[in-house]
Amino acid sequence: MRLPVAKVFLSLLFVLILSGSVMSGSRMLAQTTAPGAAAAAPAASSLPMSQTDRIAALEKQNADNAALIAAAQTAGDNAWMLVSAALVLMMSGPGLALFYGGLVRKKNILGTMMQTFAMMAVITVLWALVTYSLAFGEGNAFIGGLHNVFLRGVGLAPDAKYAATIPLQTFMVYQLMFAIITPALITGAFAERMKFSAMLVFMVLWALFVYSPMAHMVWGKGGLLNASLGGRFPTLDFAGGTVVHVTSGVSALITALYLGKRLGYPKVPMPPHSVVNSFIGACLLWVGWFGFNAGSALSSGTLATSAFVATHFGAAAAAIGWSVAEWIRQGKPSALGAISGCVAGLVAITPAAGFVTPMSALWIGLIAGVFCYFMVVKVKAAFGYDDSLDAFGVHGAGGTMGAILTGVFATSVINPIFGAGKATGLLEGNAHQLLNQIVGVAIAWSLSIVGTLIILFVVDKLIGLRVSEEDEREGLDLSQHGEEGYDWAH
Amino acid sequence: MQKIEAVIQPSKLDAVKDALVEIGVEGMTITEARGHGRQKGHTEFYRGREYSVDLLPKVKLEVVVADAMLDKAILAITTAARTGTIGDGKIFVSKIDEAIRIRNDERGEIAL
Repeated sequence: MRLPVAKVFLSLLFVLILSGSVMSGSRMLAQTTAPGAAAAAPAASSLPMSQTDRIAALEKQNADNAALIAAAQTAGDNAWMLVSAALVLMMSGPGLALFYGGLVRKKNILGTMMQTFAMMAVITVLWALVTYSLAFGEGNAFIGGLHNVFLRGVGLAPDAKYAATIPLQTFMVYQLMFAIITPALITGAFAERMKFSAMLVFMVLWALFVYSPMAHMVWGKGGLLNASLGGRFPTLDFAGGTVVHVTSGVSALITALYLGKRLGYPKVPMPPHSVVNSFIGACLLWVGWFGFNAGSALSSGTLATSAFVATHFGAAAAAIGWSVAEWIRQGKPSALGAISGCVAGLVAITPAAGFVTPMSALWIGLIAGVFCYFMVVKVKAAFGYDDSLDAFGVHGAGGTMGAILTGVFATSVINPIFGAGKATGLLEGNAHQLLNQIVGVAIAWSLSIVGTLIILFVVDKLIGLRVSEEDEREGLDLSQHGEEGYDWAH
Repeated sequence: MQKIEAVIQPSKLDAVKDALVEIGVEGMTITEARGHGRQKGHTEFYRGREYSVDLLPKVKLEVVVADAMLDKAILAITTAARTGTIGDGKIFVSKIDEAIRIRNDERGEIAL
């Protein structure tokens, strides 16, 4: 008896779908006939047309055309910006999660990946509630106000000050992806030893008191360092060299120093458990970075192309720079070295992407590759701090170097941000810009050091930062999450 | 009955397995293993840090054979697994008191 019932049900469903499509089809037909009829009407009545009528008609047509052009540009720009936002999210998960996940020991892979994934969830909710407003709302030179909490006033109409051709919500969600990956980058410094609960509290406070003010100063309306909206010290930071990489990298160093070394470091060997995971992650980062940098044009025009090209060239040159340095010093070019160099180049080209020529991008990348290699291999060993996955050595060092080099290589040919033909960077004759870049970097360093230290102190006193020795030996997967990344028995 | 435990180069597993099957050995157990004998390990570099790896990947093969088969089986393994360089592995032989087929409780050499 069950078969006929199913048959009746299926035929009813079929009839329902059929009638639905027929009805909506006739509605479509009615809609398509309507404009034709409307167009025919004025043509019939306008044979004896006065001059004023014709001018009025032309003006109307002109206005209609302008609206259509604007709509078409919005469609084009918005398409690219939505794709860019998705690309930047892909950098966090799976990109960064795999990159970092492969570098830890296998007992910590899920714990490490969860730290990044948690940012994707927690920072998103926080952004909707308050941090978007603190970063991009109207405020003073240092931080935004509370006008846009709960995303009040963040609708589908563009905000011309930020991006005139895309819905403000597109801008908001695009910026959110940056706010997610920035704290996720810090997790590399305290890998394998921080309590998940403490990490969550730390990151929420960090997003509120370090990321939000820094983003506001560089990109927000009236921000102290904002180069396009009249800041006191116009700092060139196209896609977040200071906002993302200096803040995360320097904060990473502070957390590594505050938490101390992992148990047994550096005597106990702690090699990456899967460079394969890291390799896949780094390649996803490279691709995602096109959304990060070219998307920072906030439109799909020529500036996006410049940034896209510079990003790619910077990454390639840096991969070569790191590899060659490693080949000379250690005798072999490793896969981990090549992908680390690539990430270092992407970091360094981030502030410069929309300001420099492809040839300058090659130079910035090459310098970054070699410089970060020495930061990670020599400087870290010399000082002995346990920046476990080199968040400082790559993001702090590469970001600082990139931000300063932006002041050297920026050119008005690519981006006349100070007016057409006006010198932009040092090589064009604007030595003052180098000073402004250093001011921007110094503020980012200071805010990160002071903010992170205070937050660490508070969280340490409230709930404690580190897992117990027992939990650390067992691994974060089991001790923090009650599961294992690799279960060999099944 | 005798048990042969052979620790061999992973790359020689297929050759050894084929040689044993050819002389009529019907069952074997393979384990991925790590270890070292006189063979020195190697060093690996990750971001400039040096790690010495002295436990190298090996395959451990366990075969239990009838006493009459022992010499043939050992010859098959040594012939197939030998490259002549250090790191080829070792063979250990020990006596087995009893073998039991779980399916039907057969005991002794017939259970092999």
